[in-house]
Amino acid sequence: MSRPSASASTSSSSRSSRSRYGKEVKELQDALNQNKIESKRDAIRKIIDAMTRGKDVSMLFPDVAKNMETSNLELKKLVYLYIINYAKIMPDLAVMAVNSFRKDARDKTNPFLRALAIRTMGCIRVKLITEYLLDPLKESIKDEDSYVRKTAAICISKLYDVSPELIEEQGLLKLLENLLNDGNAMVVANAVCALLIVQESKGTTMLQLNPYTIQKILTAMNECNEWGVIYCLDALAMYIPEDGKEAEAILERVSPRLNHNNPGVVLSACKIMMKFLDYLQNPETIRQNALKMTAPLISLLSLGKEPEIQYVALKNINLIIQKRPIIIEKDIKVFFCNFNDPIYIKLQKLEVLSKLANNDNIQQILHELKEYTQEVDVEFVRKSVRTIGRCAIKLEKAAEKCVTALWECLKTKVNYVVMESIIVIRDIFRKYPRKYEMILKDLCENLKSLEDPEAKASMIWIIGEYVDTIENADSLLANFSENFKDEPANVQHQILVAVMKLFLQRPNDGKELIHNLLKTATIECENPDLRDRAYIYWRMLSTDPELAKKIVFTERPTISDSSYTIENELLDKLIENIGNLSSVYTKKPESFVKKLRDVLNSKIADKIDDVYDQDQLMEGKPEDYSDQQGGQSTVYENNYDTSSQIQSQIQQSQIQQVSQKIDLLELDDNQPQQQQQQQPQIQTQIQTQIPTQSIQNIRIPFAEVLTANTPGSQTQVQGLSIETAFQKNGDKIVLDLKITNKTQDKTFSDFGIKFNKNPFKLQPDTIEIQCQPVFPGQTQIAQSLINTNGPAFEEPPQMPYKIQVALKTNLDVFYFFIPMSLSVLFSSTASITQQKFIELSQAQNIARKQEVLQIQIDPQRMKERLERNYFFLIGVRKDERGVELLSYAASLVNGMPLLVNVIHTPTAINLQLQVPHPTLMPLLYQAIGFILTLN
Amino acid sequence: MISSIVFINHKGEILIYRVYKDDITRSETTQFCAKIVATKENKECPIINIDGTSFIHITIKDIVVLATTKVNVNVAMTLQFLYQLVKVCRAYFGGEFDENCIKKHFVLIYEILDEVMDYGVPQIADADLLKKYIQEGGLKPELMNDVEKLKQLTSQATGATSWRPPNLVYRKNEVYLDVIESVNVLMSVKGTILKADVAGSIQVKCLLSGMPECKFGMNDKLLMQREPRKPGQTTTDKGITIDDLKFHQCVKLPKFDKERAITFIPPDGQFELMTYRITENINLPFKIMPVYNELGKNKLEIRVKIKSIFEKNLFATNLAIKIPVPKNTANVNTNSAIGKAKHEPDQQGVIWRIKKYPGDFEALLRCEIDLGQTTNQQPWIKPPISMEFQVPMFTASGLRVRFLRIYEKAGYKPTKWIRYITKAGEYLHRL
Repeated sequence: MSRPSASASTSSSSRSSRSRYGKEVKELQDALNQNKIESKRDAIRKIIDAMTRGKDVSMLFPDVAKNMETSNLELKKLVYLYIINYAKIMPDLAVMAVNSFRKDARDKTNPFLRALAIRTMGCIRVKLITEYLLDPLKESIKDEDSYVRKTAAICISKLYDVSPELIEEQGLLKLLENLLNDGNAMVVANAVCALLIVQESKGTTMLQLNPYTIQKILTAMNECNEWGVIYCLDALAMYIPEDGKEAEAILERVSPRLNHNNPGVVLSACKIMMKFLDYLQNPETIRQNALKMTAPLISLLSLGKEPEIQYVALKNINLIIQKRPIIIEKDIKVFFCNFNDPIYIKLQKLEVLSKLANNDNIQQILHELKEYTQEVDVEFVRKSVRTIGRCAIKLEKAAEKCVTALWECLKTKVNYVVMESIIVIRDIFRKYPRKYEMILKDLCENLKSLEDPEAKASMIWIIGEYVDTIENADSLLANFSENFKDEPANVQHQILVAVMKLFLQRPNDGKELIHNLLKTATIECENPDLRDRAYIYWRMLSTDPELAKKIVFTERPTISDSSYTIENELLDKLIENIGNLSSVYTKKPESFVKKLRDVLNSKIADKIDDVYDQDQLMEGKPEDYSDQQGGQSTVYENNYDTSSQIQSQIQQSQIQQVSQKIDLLELDDNQPQQQQQQQPQIQTQIQTQIPTQSIQNIRIPFAEVLTANTPGSQTQVQGLSIETAFQKNGDKIVLDLKITNKTQDKTFSDFGIKFNKNPFKLQPDTIEIQCQPVFPGQTQIAQSLINTNGPAFEEPPQMPYKIQVALKTNLDVFYFFIPMSLSVLFSSTASITQQKFIELSQAQNIARKQEVLQIQIDPQRMKERLERNYFFLIGVRKDERGVELLSYAASLVNGMPLLVNVIHTPTAINLQLQVPHPTLMPLLYQAIGFILTLN
Repeated sequence: MISSIVFINHKGEILIYRVYKDDITRSETTQFCAKIVATKENKECPIINIDGTSFIHITIKDIVVLATTKVNVNVAMTLQFLYQLVKVCRAYFGGEFDENCIKKHFVLIYEILDEVMDYGVPQIADADLLKKYIQEGGLKPELMNDVEKLKQLTSQATGATSWRPPNLVYRKNEVYLDVIESVNVLMSVKGTILKADVAGSIQVKCLLSGMPECKFGMNDKLLMQREPRKPGQTTTDKGITIDDLKFHQCVKLPKFDKERAITFIPPDGQFELMTYRITENINLPFKIMPVYNELGKNKLEIRVKIKSIFEKNLFATNLAIKIPVPKNTANVNTNSAIGKAKHEPDQQGVIWRIKKYPGDFEALLRCEIDLGQTTNQQPWIKPPISMEFQVPMFTASGLRVRFLRIYEKAGYKPTKWIRYITKAGEYLHRL
């Protein structure tokens, strides 16, 4: 153990300091080996101090560890602290500690000593010694002292993270579960917590929530300390009540916690209340329960509350009011910014204020916002201006007041206020064309100070839009055009468009300008988008100027405030995470927790393997995918021919699935697996008919999207062939990829994928694709998880609906299109009520169409298939002739509702489709076709 | 759960570093220290995610107390825990929490950290309880071998009334109740109230023997409506509307929910029984009336009149009215009949201090401000006028304690003391 002295000769300049360091180490060693307690304690204090400052004192390990068996508790704790820190990098030496732990854990008199040993040994995360710790741990679970037992509960979760197999083998998880029945509330609370920790690592349900355990947890909650209350509440929040009655009963027990002074308790209670309210039917009960949250939430914002906690509260209130606006309607004043609030709170308050704004309170809010625009912090001021704009767009009746407020902002002449106002006014002009022309004059006075490109682009757009009203538009635009070449792309675009508008409206004033500009843009500009646009304009002008006018001045889609609202599916997920980091980041947990992603990924990998095993059984080779559509009917007939017994079993299992549907969707993915265990017989029989995955979802056939002779975009590499299909996997969207290398000598690896902007905002969770390198002649299967949080794309999807993607490899980048079917985009949560659908079906602006699907299918099977793919049956009607009309509702991942009426006949299926947007019609038709024909 | 707890000074140096789960490396933390703490970026947001690690922190004066995690932790709990941890440290260090005392007591802090959290899960963070079995320099050996005492301690630590040890004996049983209110108000330039609320707390000092059951009552409107009217009695006091109440963990919440009765077994010694919030019918103790005049390019005049609106026999103490002045203020002439007013450049304002101020009384301050030359063309952004004061025996909310009943087996009659005081919270008037 003479590491420092051995390295002391490396350089002469640092020799003196190193040798001094060496001397210090020597002194510490000596002190540790003395008999006097005081000198040992001082030495260890010094060592811990060095450790804190990040110095490496690991070479003292043997000397420190020798002192473990001291009877002085303070010294012992210091030694333990040291050992925890270094055990992982010195596993061999850590073994030395085992005996001391085993001895302390069996100490007869002092429960604190026993607990200390149990607590510390769990922190020594060395696989080697876990085994030796099991006996003392098992004893401590049965210890007479509750303090030891509560420590033991947590210790099991620690050791599970080190050696999961061993812990499971030794039945410790069972013992942990038994602790839920402990008489001491804190032991129960810790057991709940430990089970949840194991559950997260393991990825399967450990804490079985049923009416019995729920009662246990509710009872423990009354007696344990504030932290225990939080674990209990967080566990309860995962429970799915059987019915409204049960939900109401639990709410009654939970709602008193809203008066707790710990904000963690308050928010966790809100989490349960928000979730369980969805299960109640009586609107009055819902209202009363919802309003219970109002005062406690507002109290979290009262002055003197810690700002960090206010911040978390604001983030959560923002979610809560989107889901249930009734909870905070009147109390807008608490969201007014205090002069001394930290900036992160002020920005959040603005966010909430813009959500709360309505026609009644807008005057009051605007008054405040105007006040804020005079403050010092630039970011806050800009956001205040932006919030005024948002209110204008949200509230048509109040728009005029907002515009007046912005007008005042313009007059301040403060640079950043003016710029932000211009950006905001552009949006207002888009929403309310030709309504507020009176401020044009003041706008045009601020052309000099526009440093920010977005503000500049906005101003130019406004001039272009009002070329007929602004008399000197031609000279203004001429000024802007002078520096055309030096401007950033967005400004260049706006100049081009505005000048085009000028020419079309006032040909004489714009003639020369457009001519020069088109010339510059087509000849001298490098930006391909700009060049293309210029060329197109040129051609349009030379062919048909009248048509060009129509195109340039076409009606634009309206803008709304909805871009700030969170999509329903994400919102529900965030509501389940009230109080957690997820709610603060406004992201699903798996998007920032690596561990969760890993668990998910490993599960998916398992599933893919399963599918392949099954396919091979069925078809022989997996390559037959593309032919499956053709071979469909044969597979079908097989199903028809199966004995009625199996048919009924399928139905039975279907019914069970339907009855458990909510569980399937809400609990984690392992639920189907458990079901499999419950009904092994039925499952095995079905499995011979249908591949496991299609128990839930259909499989879209692979399509070849990249052929081997398509060159890459950069180095023109050829020989990569890709087949892909979007699939639904549970309630997740995934992209399955089959990557084939048809080259002779190249290896493809390091795959990454990116999507172009697309409707429904699909994007891969991660750019990287987990995939082995593909060697010549080989094929690899990969999968990418898709989410719907990507950048927005304004256009509705068109038939054929394809998504443009870029695939990166080690050799080149490939661009291609992947066909997409609506069938993977149906939302698994039926958030749309019957009521809403009735409204929808009577709405005027909805597109309706009759279609016929020429397939033969058993009516029962048809129903099953639709239901499996998230079409929810909302009504059945029979006409005089006894023909049955089934009404199904579905919603897309962006919350867009769809309605389908189905009449089944022996030879075909008659469909009546109702969609909010006509372009969706063929896509829906295609998707239903897929659902009813594909496996 | 939480991976580590770290104390950092304002330069970004680590003072305390305790790891609970080994999914975090020290370098990730030092990166946070260097990038965020040292550059003061931490003022921008208390919760940051850097490369998959979440950094949740609070700032107490110059010290950053940080919790790190890699999972979707309950962040409201985490923040509250950090504050509670600081509270525990303060209780040990006689109210102090700064770099010096952290460095001095670092061994004790590590010991506390070992007890308050296990594997990133908060356990016991009650200072009074911890003090019983974690002490600077280790526990006394007598206690270490006293099986009965130890048992009592662990059962208190994990028990249903973890906040109170059994078998307490006081010769004289006493209870002190302090009702402390801070009034927050924001008035517009014209003097209309933009928002006003009272944040109150009831501090109790309890010197009682045994296991007393207490019942506390105040003039809460909702409670008084429930009480049956005694015949012949006509009370004019209808009670006050309390927006929200938050209780110490000793208060039985289900009972409050059902009967709106506040019942509890109190901790021993000092604790905060409850906090409350009131927004209706607030009696503002002071009115501020400012007048702002620009007397030319380099001269300003601000006149501030204040008026006390409470009974004549009461007094407010320690008034400090801060009147903001521009950065380029060169000289200020003040003139008032009462108190002292002085330009304090580091505060960017004139501070007008008055030791004692009677009820129902008006006073005026006149400030003439000479401005220096400045290159800055931006107009002066006027912060609000703020005010500090204390008014003993006055509650801005009108809250009154009606009773505190104490039931104990021994049947003693404790002495009860009640005090009221109203302070200024954020008492602001826009200029």
